[in-house]
Formats: sequence, C-alpha cells, structure tokens
Amino acid sequence: MNLTTILLQFFALILAPVLAPLLTGWINQCRAWLQNRSAPPLLQPYYQLGKLFEKEVVLAHNASGVFRAAPYFIFAAMVLAATIIPTLSTDLPFGPAADAIALVGIFALARVFIALAGMDVGTSFGTLGARREMLVGFLAEPALLMSIFTASLISHSTSLSTIVDTLGHREFVIYPSLAFAGVAFTMVSLAENARIPVDNPTTHLELTMIHEAMILEYSGRHLALIEWAAALKMYAYSCLGLALFFPWGVPQDVTLSNLSLALAGLLFKLAIGGALLALIETLSAKMRIFRAPEFLGTAFMLAVLGMLVHLLLETGK
Amino acid sequence: MSHYSGQLINLLAAVLLLLSFAMLGQRRILSLINLFMAQGAVLCASTATVALVTGQKHLYWSALITLVLKVLLLPWILHRLIRRLNVKWDIETLFNIPTTMLIGIVLVIFSFNLALPISELAGTVSRSTVGIAMASVMLSFLMMITRSKAVPQVIGFLAMENGLFFAATSATYGMPMVVELGIALDVLVGMVILGVFFFQIREQFDSLDIRHLEQLKED
Repeated sequence: MNLTTILLQFFALILAPVLAPLLTGWINQCRAWLQNRSAPPLLQPYYQLGKLFEKEVVLAHNASGVFRAAPYFIFAAMVLAATIIPTLSTDLPFGPAADAIALVGIFALARVFIALAGMDVGTSFGTLGARREMLVGFLAEPALLMSIFTASLISHSTSLSTIVDTLGHREFVIYPSLAFAGVAFTMVSLAENARIPVDNPTTHLELTMIHEAMILEYSGRHLALIEWAAALKMYAYSCLGLALFFPWGVPQDVTLSNLSLALAGLLFKLAIGGALLALIETLSAKMRIFRAPEFLGTAFMLAVLGMLVHLLLETGK
Repeated sequence: MSHYSGQLINLLAAVLLLLSFAMLGQRRILSLINLFMAQGAVLCASTATVALVTGQKHLYWSALITLVLKVLLLPWILHRLIRRLNVKWDIETLFNIPTTMLIGIVLVIFSFNLALPISELAGTVSRSTVGIAMASVMLSFLMMITRSKAVPQVIGFLAMENGLFFAATSATYGMPMVVELGIALDVLVGMVILGVFFFQIREQFDSLDIRHLEQLKED
C-alpha cells in the first residue's frame, strides 16, 4: 500500500457520491425518451439535492433520535459500499477490508435503519412501507448472496478484488453459470433499488409504495441525504454488477493512463447499463406486491441453478 | 477453436435448461409456445455446433430437421390450434409456481448426480451436458404433471422430446438417421392427432381442462 493507492482510494470515495446522481439523471432521461416524454435535464438530481439541502427540516413531534440519525447512517453505509467495490483498480486499500459478504451486510444495515426510521414516527404508511421493505429484503438477500457465490466459486474467493482480477485478467472463458447469476443479479437489483417490476420510484399512490412510503415523513436535508443514498445504492449495485459480470478494463496496477482508461470504461459501462435498466423499466409493468416473492424466488432459483451448472459444466477441466 | 466451441455448447446447454425452467413457470399459453420455439432454436444451434466440431455430417441433417420441425412447423401448428380453439390469451391456474420451481431444482440436482457416471463413460466433446439434457427431460415431465390444460401438456410432451434429442446428441453424437426421421415423423403425427383430440375434448366438456377426463360418468 503506497501513497498513490491511498490517493486513488480517496478519489474513488469522492467519485461515488458525485457520479451517483448523474447515473440517476441518466436513467430518468433514458426512461423519458423511451416513453416519448420530454426528458428532464441530465443534472436534475443535483438541482433537486441542492434544493432539498436549502430547505428547513420539519420533524414530527414524536420523532426520536433514530429518525434523525438514520439518514446519516444510511448515507454513510452506501458511500462505504460504493467504495468497497473495485471500480477503478483492484489494488485499493479498502479492497481487503471487506469482502462480498460484508458488502451485503452493509446493505442490510442500511435497510434496517431505513425500516426503523419508517416505523419511528408511527404513521401507518411508514410501517406498511417498512414491512414491505423487509419482505423484499429478506427474499432478495439470499438470491444476491447466491449470485455472488457463483462468481466466488469460479475465482475461489469472496473478495471482490480477487473476483475482478480472476475474471477480468485471465484468458477469456465463457461461463454459462455466470449468465444465470447475471440474470438473478439483475432481478435482485431491480427489487432492491425499488425499480419498476417490484416498486415504482415515481409513484404518488401511497398504497402501492414500498421505498417511498418509508420516507414520506422526511424533509429538508434528511430527505436529501436519503435520496442521495438511494442514488448511491443504484450506483453501488451497478458497479457490483459490472465488477462481477463485466470486469474487463479494471486495471491491476495504478498509473495515470490506466486510471483514465478505467474511468472512461466505467462511465461507458454505466451509461449502457443505465439505458438497459430504463429499457427494462419501460417494457415491464409493476407487479402486485404478492407477486414479489415469486419474482425473487425465481431470482434465487436462477442463482442456485448457476451454482449447479458451474459444478456440472465448469469443474474438472 | 474446439476449446471455444466446447464452451459454446455448454452455454447453449445452460440456455436450454433456463428455457425449460421458464416454461415450467409460464402461465400464458402464447408465451409457452414462443418459449418452445426458442428451445427448438437453441437445440438446432447446439446440434449444428456439435456437427461443426466433430465433422459428423448426419448431425447437420438433424439440425436441419430440428429447425424445420421444431422452430417452424410445430409452433405454426400450435399457433393455428390455439387460434382455432380461441385459447390464445388463456392464463392457466397452476398450483403455486415457486413450489414447482423448488421441485424443479431438486430434479436438476437428482439428474446431475444421475448423469455423472454416464458422462464419464461417454467420450464426446459435449459429454458434460448429459446432465442438463436429463434435467430438461425431467422438467418437461414435471410440467406435464403440474399442468391441467391440454395444450400446455402437449407442449410439455414436445419439450420432453427436445430434451431426449439433446441427450442423444450430447452422449453419442445423435441417433442413426432412420431413428431420427422416425421420431420426427412420430412427433409430427402425434401433434396432428393430439390437435384433433383438443377439439374432441372441448366438444365433450366445453373446456380444455383435462381434469374432466378423470370422471367416468356424470353424477
């Protein structure tokens, strides 16, 4: 670990919160184009965050400390998650600090806090949202872990840096199991990021909300932090997907040319991924909430199939 | 070259398994037929790949038969049938799809284990896909068992034939031409006869639900 890698880690730490709203803006723009609406400006999420930070916070009378502290915890957890994932280089100081399982744990921590905050004020919608979020979460988590494990089985490690190193820098091999895991991961990330088949991020109907219902009571800078954290979560999941399934272009050693190439590659891959996400959201309709377990059960099944296919086809060669 | 084509065969086998699962969980009859068509296309591609790698001329013919029969002719007949029967937008009520899927996973594990000794004996490039072929036969069986309407059952039967065909290709580079032609003709004739059956069943019971067939006489 030398000074360059530490500086690079700081750069990644700053890059994640800066890039995350841009990704959200890009997805919104693509979605508007696909749905034949006039698109909001690309920088709209930044304006929104700025506006929210300027507004004053209105708290419910019975809001406790948990309600006020939760946005900071959630935001911190998401920044940490986004920096653990190797996006610019596999040789970063944070890399060995936490592996994929710890990463899933960090996501779970943020989920616990947002659910607690949803229930804290005691409105019925907040409780409803929190319960639904926990339902989706407890079904999505095993599927997420299984799809990560498929990649771990191939590279014999749960450390994300090692996975990216193995998959991205070895001779190119077609892994059918990774295709299964990739589909499962896509389904999980749609559910986890409150995207359309499971939840609608732009809904105004409280009865169908999951994520939005929990944060109805938030305002001002708290709401800004939570919105920012949601954008970061989207960014973290996209980067995790890229790291597991499209790891090409992430350099091992750090030089300036390598770094700019990696950054350009990351932006390119995120742009493609965001456009695909917008396409999926445009093509599918929101499911009933009771279909969500079926959706996530299918994701879990695909991830398990991925592992089985790996054991059958890709071992002993 | 043969290194990559081996991987390509594996990938196609995995897609075949994925499609089998998708058929197992599909509620709409129209989508079921489209999935069956996709399965036929994958089967055709994998047979052609095996033919390309091994240089077995008759496998090209098998691929061609698959293409004509399972990608073009049978889906066309099925589309025509469901249009004539007016069940195009039917949604079948299955019992609990996640449970069916979990049983499916158990079946996959079972057939993978079953196929391990077989694939060790076989000396073909595609020997490791025997397990997948077996699994897709099993899954089609499961689909026939869990469905209650006649059309999905027939599609399950046809998908099972797909699985058997894939098993033959991966274990022994396909069956002799005469056998293959015979099976193709059987499937085609079977389809035509079952098509007639659909109309008979519906005329008798006003529905394609084959649970009506379990009653011997009217109460």
